[in-house]
Amino acid sequence: MLDLVWLVPAFPLAGFLILTFGGRRLGEPTAGWLATGAMAGSFLATAGAFYDLAGRDLHDRRSVTTLFEWVPAGDLTVDVGFLADPLSLTMCLFVTGVGALIHLYSIGYMHGDADFRRFFAYLNLFAFAMLMLVLGDNLLLTFLGWEGVGACSYLLISFWFTDEANASAGKKAFITNRIGDWGFMLAIFMTFATFGTVAYVDVLDTTAAGTVATSTATFIALMLFVGAIGKSAQFPLFLWLPDAMAGPTPVSALIHAATMVTSGIYLLTRVNPIIADAADWVPTLIAWTGAGTALFAATIAVAQRDIKKVLAYSTISQLGYMFLAVGCGAYVAAVFHMITHAFFKALLFLGSGSVIHGMDGDQDMAHYGGLRRLMPVTAGTFVIGWLAIAGVPPFAGFWSKDEILAYAWNESPLLWAVGLVTAVLTAFYMTRLVILTFFGRHRYADPRPDEVEEAWASAIAVAEEAVVAAAAALAAAVTASEAATDEPDVAEAVVAARAAHEAAVLERDGIVASAGERPELPALALYGAPDIGPVADRLPDQVATRSDHHPHESPWTMGLPLVVLAVLSVLGGLIQLPFSTATKRLEGWLEPTLFGNEVHLSVGTGTLWVLAAVAVAGGAVGILVAVAAYLQRRVDHRAFEQPILADAWRFDRLVSNFMGGPGRAGFEATANFDSTVVDGAVESVATMVKAEARLLRRFHNGLVRTYAAGVGVGAVGLVVWFLSRTSF
Amino acid sequence: MAVLAAAADVPFAVLPALLVVPAAGALLVVVLPRRRPELLKLVAVATSMVVAAMTVWLVVAFDIDRGAEMQFEFRHSWIADLGIQWLLAVDGISLFLIVLTGILFPIALLAVDPGHDDRAYFAWMLLLEAGVIGVFCAMDLMVFFLCFEVVLVPMYFLIGRWGHGNSAYAATKFFLFTMAGSALMLIGILALAFLHADATGGGLTFDLVELAEAQSLGTTTARWVFLSFALAFAVKVPLFPLHTWLPDAHTEASTAGSVILAGVLLKLGTYGFLRFGLYLFPEASHFFAPVFLTLGLVGIIYGAVVATMQRDLKRLVAYSSVAHLGFIVLGTFALNTEGIEGGLLQMVNHGVSTAALFLLVGMIYERRHTRQIDELGGLQKSAPVLAAVFTLVMLSSIGLPGLNGFVGEFLVLVGTFNAHRWLAIVATGGVILAALYLLWAYQRVFHGPAEGANAEMPDLKLREGLVLAPLLVLIVAMGVYPKPVIERMEPSVDALVAHIETHVDGFHEPTSRFGADIVVGEGSDDAGDDH
Amino acid sequence: MVVTTSWYLTLAAILFSMGAVGLLTRRNPLIMIMCIELMLNAVNLTFVSLGSELGDLGGQLSVFFVLVVAASEVVVGLAVVVAIMRRRQGATVDDLSVLRG
Repeated sequence: MLDLVWLVPAFPLAGFLILTFGGRRLGEPTAGWLATGAMAGSFLATAGAFYDLAGRDLHDRRSVTTLFEWVPAGDLTVDVGFLADPLSLTMCLFVTGVGALIHLYSIGYMHGDADFRRFFAYLNLFAFAMLMLVLGDNLLLTFLGWEGVGACSYLLISFWFTDEANASAGKKAFITNRIGDWGFMLAIFMTFATFGTVAYVDVLDTTAAGTVATSTATFIALMLFVGAIGKSAQFPLFLWLPDAMAGPTPVSALIHAATMVTSGIYLLTRVNPIIADAADWVPTLIAWTGAGTALFAATIAVAQRDIKKVLAYSTISQLGYMFLAVGCGAYVAAVFHMITHAFFKALLFLGSGSVIHGMDGDQDMAHYGGLRRLMPVTAGTFVIGWLAIAGVPPFAGFWSKDEILAYAWNESPLLWAVGLVTAVLTAFYMTRLVILTFFGRHRYADPRPDEVEEAWASAIAVAEEAVVAAAAALAAAVTASEAATDEPDVAEAVVAARAAHEAAVLERDGIVASAGERPELPALALYGAPDIGPVADRLPDQVATRSDHHPHESPWTMGLPLVVLAVLSVLGGLIQLPFSTATKRLEGWLEPTLFGNEVHLSVGTGTLWVLAAVAVAGGAVGILVAVAAYLQRRVDHRAFEQPILADAWRFDRLVSNFMGGPGRAGFEATANFDSTVVDGAVESVATMVKAEARLLRRFHNGLVRTYAAGVGVGAVGLVVWFLSRTSF
Repeated sequence: MAVLAAAADVPFAVLPALLVVPAAGALLVVVLPRRRPELLKLVAVATSMVVAAMTVWLVVAFDIDRGAEMQFEFRHSWIADLGIQWLLAVDGISLFLIVLTGILFPIALLAVDPGHDDRAYFAWMLLLEAGVIGVFCAMDLMVFFLCFEVVLVPMYFLIGRWGHGNSAYAATKFFLFTMAGSALMLIGILALAFLHADATGGGLTFDLVELAEAQSLGTTTARWVFLSFALAFAVKVPLFPLHTWLPDAHTEASTAGSVILAGVLLKLGTYGFLRFGLYLFPEASHFFAPVFLTLGLVGIIYGAVVATMQRDLKRLVAYSSVAHLGFIVLGTFALNTEGIEGGLLQMVNHGVSTAALFLLVGMIYERRHTRQIDELGGLQKSAPVLAAVFTLVMLSSIGLPGLNGFVGEFLVLVGTFNAHRWLAIVATGGVILAALYLLWAYQRVFHGPAEGANAEMPDLKLREGLVLAPLLVLIVAMGVYPKPVIERMEPSVDALVAHIETHVDGFHEPTSRFGADIVVGEGSDDAGDDH
Repeated sequence: MVVTTSWYLTLAAILFSMGAVGLLTRRNPLIMIMCIELMLNAVNLTFVSLGSELGDLGGQLSVFFVLVVAASEVVVGLAVVVAIMRRRQGATVDDLSVLRG
């Protein structure tokens, strides 16, 4: 079965080809089932290979299957081959498994979309690229998958391309990834320059056995880290991930939570011998980048209103944890967290997709609330995902996060502190999300700020009309009284009209004043329906329609993956329980790929228990504070939702301003330079020729006498010249 | 396959046939009546198909084991007193360029109808094909020069008479610029031949192989003569800052003109650098390599930056050619096997993908009568198949692994990294810029809402799809399995590098340092690299 | 007073310079043609006198060539000039500058 490991990427590739060239007959839902079937086949193939590999002796667990020679150029020979070892097969298992579940989910989510077939074609292509990335037996093949997932991410983010924002987000993702790819390519070059090959087996074995010069290893490790930053959205190349939420939610779940973004960590784990040989500041840099990004992203997630943005920043934060683990030498912990994160983050994203689906596309949590009664399956599974990510034992997230924190403490207490604060924040913002979405009062039917504006505007308009009408009546009464001056009724009518007019003006002024003084509508109406005052009956019709509409639960194709992922989020921790070597199954399994570079915890068991307790306590604090702020209203929630956090520390704005301002100006200047200076030089040659011609043309004036004079002068000159040379 | 193998054993003077057939076709077209454009097109397409078949036969019959030698040699005396002969041959370096020419011409002829003066158009195109193939297989310096110049005249007319907008200006600029460069080259050729005759005391000869193996010029003289050659090639490539003829020529030419110009004609310059620069003047090439490497690097970055700000879609693709050819020059002057092979591969790859790109832009122009990016938008909604094909070609141009653009680019950068580390580090940044300008253009043209005339644009027709299909197949095939191409190129490239090593004192091919000496102390970053 | 060859040469020189000056300063094409004739004949005179002095028959031979050329030139020139004068009355050489650059 291990020889057939090429089937793993072949299934989704076949799926992609059939869906692309299969024609219009493959519509909904056949295309979806076909794609899901391909992923399921891939999963089965992986399971078979896994079983085979597990059956082998511990130190024999590495199998290379070569298909054909790809690039034989000079000293460089790169094959298309697959490396099946514990690390790659583990990755394949959760990529294909979670991927298959997400494919199933998409059948329900993308129901009714005109581009149903294209979506599944892209999803399968993505899966193919991701599996090539993970299974490739050399750096270049990994790079092929690396860029392939980047391209598919671009295609999928800009899937609904008629909206400019989506198109722009896709482009941003690709280009930011490319900056990371620059680093990856340089690492490949240096690897070839040093080792003469880019195959993992040769490079890693040689590095582990001999000693590579520190400078070389540092360069390679650093450049791979640059690539990883781009792909896994760490600071400063994280800007594309929040924007990537513009794509359909299954895309966000699959690509931007479970698989593509974990490629960076996979890469660094794969090349752990090189990191081990690099300078000491390299792992430290990795760890601090991870920790810093984790904290940074967590602070932003606290203030986001879009449910997917919260999850996006949460992903960046959790990826930071994985980098922290890699930097501390805890590769197993990083992989462990990668797996559990895939489970619960995919669950959370799919759950949010279910919510969005039920709310007909609305992603703003200010409009949610109390959904647990209307969407019980979604709510139930979502709660499990929440508990997992918040680090509540015995759910999966607790075990993996705790392990990372333990290694962080082992490395530096400061790192541990940053990790702990992030964990508290994580618990806080996830609880906030759950409360705002599933608990509390149902804010869906509340009028929204623009609707209230409309109501007030219409009230003022009516009052204005009344004033105008009263003024007209007054004018009419005055004219009538001037016509018939003696009649007392007429005089009374004038007085009455004047009074009516003044009353109308007063009323109008009153309404305008009320409108000006009315209190700001709360961003989150947690305490009760907002009081809109006298204009309640002037609200537009859609408010009434909304209160009749009820969000609905999702179909079984969406519900089943949620349940499966929830089960995995509960049980996922079992693969690496820290109690004894026997329970640390993942560590044992991954050992052949680690070349002994896994750092040993020099922390006593007692300290570990204390650390765990502190982490749990921190999580509890985060949860309780969020409950106090959003459910029990004992703390003003607005203290946490600072505008600068909502604006992501203005970093994105800074970059956009630079690109649109000085960046664009610089490019524009270069283009102008080309057309004026460089082309100008060419044109100036032509201009000079023309100027010279104009000068010389003056001798051709068409007058015979001038020509004759020229002949005469020339003849005389010649004679003189000859005479002067002869001697008599 | 057996039939092909059998056919491969049949001896037939394929190279002269490759020259004569298109020229004869041009003559035939001229004598046919003007009023039957379909007949004229049929004859022209048939001729170019015959040429294409012959070039494919050339690949099949090419003997990999004798790859380093010149194959299919044809030698016939022409002006015996001056040592000029009709000497044609093919080796791994020129093989795929000839095939590229053979494939692109039928596609260009089929894709575009000239609209007016069909007879002259087809005659010029076939004459152009003959000239280009002549350049690639000439082994006599005078024959090479003749064909190099012959190429200019049909191209001038193709741009000027069948182009649009400012085509007369563009054609004149192209012609004068290129001719000015090659005028100096003539002096260089004559100097080389006469100085060689003086030094060896033998007769005058223009045989390339003889001149290259003899290396009878003094160092300084060789450098001057090299410069005269290099100037001509630098204009043709085009190398910054001699590139300004390219945007105008590409933009104002008709679609077929742009396809041939970008696909084939630009390669004359880079091929010239390989065959006549590196081979004839190895020491001078090594001496001037830093200059050309820098200019290539500038071209990569500069071309991409300027491309980003273009408002005309065709002009954007034209500037992208400057960037791509910068990579090729970079690889050529890295002076190692990977770099030169990468450059050669990129010549073929660029020809295929840029030709496809120009065809697509031409199709858009035909439908919407505008090339301004501002006026286009949301085309993916109205023409999804066209958009999909454009995406594939665009990703190839960006250098996505799995498609053809990547392998060549990668080899160029690997080679340059081994030779001049910092240049490679900066040049790799060019891949970021490539994504930037192409994706931004794609977004503005294809994404977004479709309004007005954009919403009613018809999708790709079957005929257009069939014309593009061979290019698309090549894009994918050469990305996934480039080995057959590389293994035919490699012996000739190795021989060229060995030739340089022999004739340049103290030069060793910059390769990777590996083996048993990865030990402490093998500090491999910029230890003594020259840049 | 003996008439020597130098007298003839002087006369020829005077005639030549008169013709040259006349060619350069007069505007009427007919007058210019006459001046050219004057110059040509001055040259003839020079040839003949020097031919007689040096006893070389080449002098007289050259005169024949010059006379033939002068005659044919006058024919063509007069024809062109008369044709132009008929079209444009009172045209001077300065007006006939169509061949300017």
